[in-house]
Amino acid sequence: MSVRQRVMGLNGDEAVAWAVKQCDVDFVSAYPITPQTIIVEKFSEFVANGEVETEFVPVESEHSALSACIGAAALGARAFTATAANGLALMWEIVYIASSLRLPIVMAVVNRALSGPINIHCDHSDSMGCRDASWIQIYTENAQEAYDTVIQAFRIGEHPDVQLPVMVTLDGFLISHTLQNVKILPDEVVKDFVGVRKPVEVEIPGRGRIPLILDPENPLTFGPLDLYDYYFEHKVQQHEAIEKARPVIKQINEEYYKISGRKYGDGFVETYGLEDAETAIIVLGSTAGTVRYVAKELRRKGYKVGMLRLRTFRPFPYRELVEALRHVKAVGVMDRSGAYGAYGGPVYIETKAAFYDEDEKPKILNYIYGLGGRDTPPTMIRKVYEELLEVSRTGKIEKKMKFLGVR
Amino acid sequence: MSMFKINLRELAKKPNLLLPGHRLCAGCGAPIVVKQVLMATRGPTIVVNATGCLEVATTIYPYSAWNLPWIHVAFENAAAVASGIEAAFKALKRKGRMKYEHIDVIAFGGDGGTYDIGIQALSGAFERGHDFLYVLYDNEAYMNTGIQRSGGTPMGAATTTTPAGTVIPGKKEHKKPIAEIAVAHKIPYVATATPAHFIDLMRKARKGIEVNGPAFIHAFSPCPRGWRMPGELTIEISKIAVDTCYFPLWEYENGVWKLTDRSLAIAKNPKLKKPIEEFLKLQGRFRHLFKPENQKIIREIQEYVDLVWEDLKERCENI
Repeated sequence: MSVRQRVMGLNGDEAVAWAVKQCDVDFVSAYPITPQTIIVEKFSEFVANGEVETEFVPVESEHSALSACIGAAALGARAFTATAANGLALMWEIVYIASSLRLPIVMAVVNRALSGPINIHCDHSDSMGCRDASWIQIYTENAQEAYDTVIQAFRIGEHPDVQLPVMVTLDGFLISHTLQNVKILPDEVVKDFVGVRKPVEVEIPGRGRIPLILDPENPLTFGPLDLYDYYFEHKVQQHEAIEKARPVIKQINEEYYKISGRKYGDGFVETYGLEDAETAIIVLGSTAGTVRYVAKELRRKGYKVGMLRLRTFRPFPYRELVEALRHVKAVGVMDRSGAYGAYGGPVYIETKAAFYDEDEKPKILNYIYGLGGRDTPPTMIRKVYEELLEVSRTGKIEKKMKFLGVR
Repeated sequence: MSMFKINLRELAKKPNLLLPGHRLCAGCGAPIVVKQVLMATRGPTIVVNATGCLEVATTIYPYSAWNLPWIHVAFENAAAVASGIEAAFKALKRKGRMKYEHIDVIAFGGDGGTYDIGIQALSGAFERGHDFLYVLYDNEAYMNTGIQRSGGTPMGAATTTTPAGTVIPGKKEHKKPIAEIAVAHKIPYVATATPAHFIDLMRKARKGIEVNGPAFIHAFSPCPRGWRMPGELTIEISKIAVDTCYFPLWEYENGVWKLTDRSLAIAKNPKLKKPIEEFLKLQGRFRHLFKPENQKIIREIQEYVDLVWEDLKERCENI
């Protein structure tokens, strides 16, 4: 039974700030960049008004923001940062180091097109660019989910089996700046749910079990030079850790449902109308709302269409995807990032790879859409479904990759 | 005022915080500087290290020479990492989750990680006023990658990216005045030091640890490999660097400049000041300057050293 929740009019950024406030985060460091800035502005208000005990460090660059989070997290603190586009690009080096140090930092990435040309609006080129950084990546659909997912992210990343950083993304402006009714859990409910960060312990020969933090009584060396004799094993450990995140993401999704009454599919994928669908669209982020709207409309008219929203992109839910879509005849994969010189967009490539070993599989098409914030209205989605229905009838694909809404 | 009294007999009993067995070169100034700084610690301490020789040679996995908690993240962000540790300590203490009354944070960075790629993070941390000590061990080039010029390389020095050519005889520019840049941030404590003047260095390190807010120590760190000199000259060359006023010893404490140790003696007795050739002639990186056609560069270096020295003396209130 879920508790009484307060409905607040919040945009996505504010919803994230509320989640961070309620998660009793020890340390926040960030640098302003549109469309992320509202998160830290709102959080600064909480700090300035004494509503949180967090140490907030407004640094001089995103590179330093994540670096400071690493220092804080290595001391045992729960750390959070937020960024977008070029800010994430500037952090790049540290993004990989945060995960290799196995520090469960949570970062909100407010998706924005990566320069150049410079642009402030939504696409997924920023977070897709670091999809192989060994961070868990969860793409949210609206402000409510952004709030819910940030709360879940601390539990996922800090789980003893995982110990990896988590990236929670929300579409720039479409979610970050759009006012929605957001249900906010009572503070104590969130506090109980996330608890206090408990650093894992490690067994050191001759020293017993000691906490994996910077502790003067139990000195450890973090970030040593690691060459060909050990580097590879450490990278394999990261691979194992993100695999172990699979059951954890599902479990936290269920546990969160119990306190809030909200869950997002199985934590990985959320489907609509797939039971009898002949065609389906795979989509991430806010565009899922538009796709669902169009799918509903077409189903009312008797068309057998469905959709799958990919919520967790890393680790990639290839089994869940195949199970949900193996009976469908044609699938359109929507990618909101470019694929220069590649076989297709990142979601498309993953989807095709997931189906490669299957005997029964749909025709799979790729639609690159919405780059630099290009609007993706229902008419555009309708055309995609029409084309997919045609492919499902004829079995013929005219062109594997298309750009939507380009003049 | 600091209650720190340097008693060598007592200090010798203090456990080594940088243990033997690291792989820094024989004669390297960095581990001497680090050991002396760590002799001056007062309690629980965490060390942050920028990428560089010191980091690489002291922590080849699965070995570590560090007998205290130590973290390396990247080249340019030691000051940012230190900021995070210092600030998170405050939060954890406030929330009752910190077992220590206080933890001192010391960051070590080379000249590349401080003058060049790390100066943004350093300047930001100074401006925000984090309570930590940053120690620059300055060996005057990117030694870890093979002796390339940095903002800390002196004029005339031959490096692998400023070779002594027939047209361009070594580096054309003077060193960036890094310690004065630190002073310009109006942080509570800035000082210069060398491993040869170790009492002075330890006293300064302790002050840097004790002040509330950022402190910066610019430590001279000879590199026999990069400077093309015998390893046994490390302490000698450090003394000569001070005696020629190439590397004067001073401190800036709460707005007041003071000369210290040998540099104070030189200011009081200018006859002690040696010509710059004494410093240059011991090092292969300056060998080409002694060719007749390059003698003017030596004069130029001498003029610059004199200018900086006179300017420094004017600022210092204890002469």
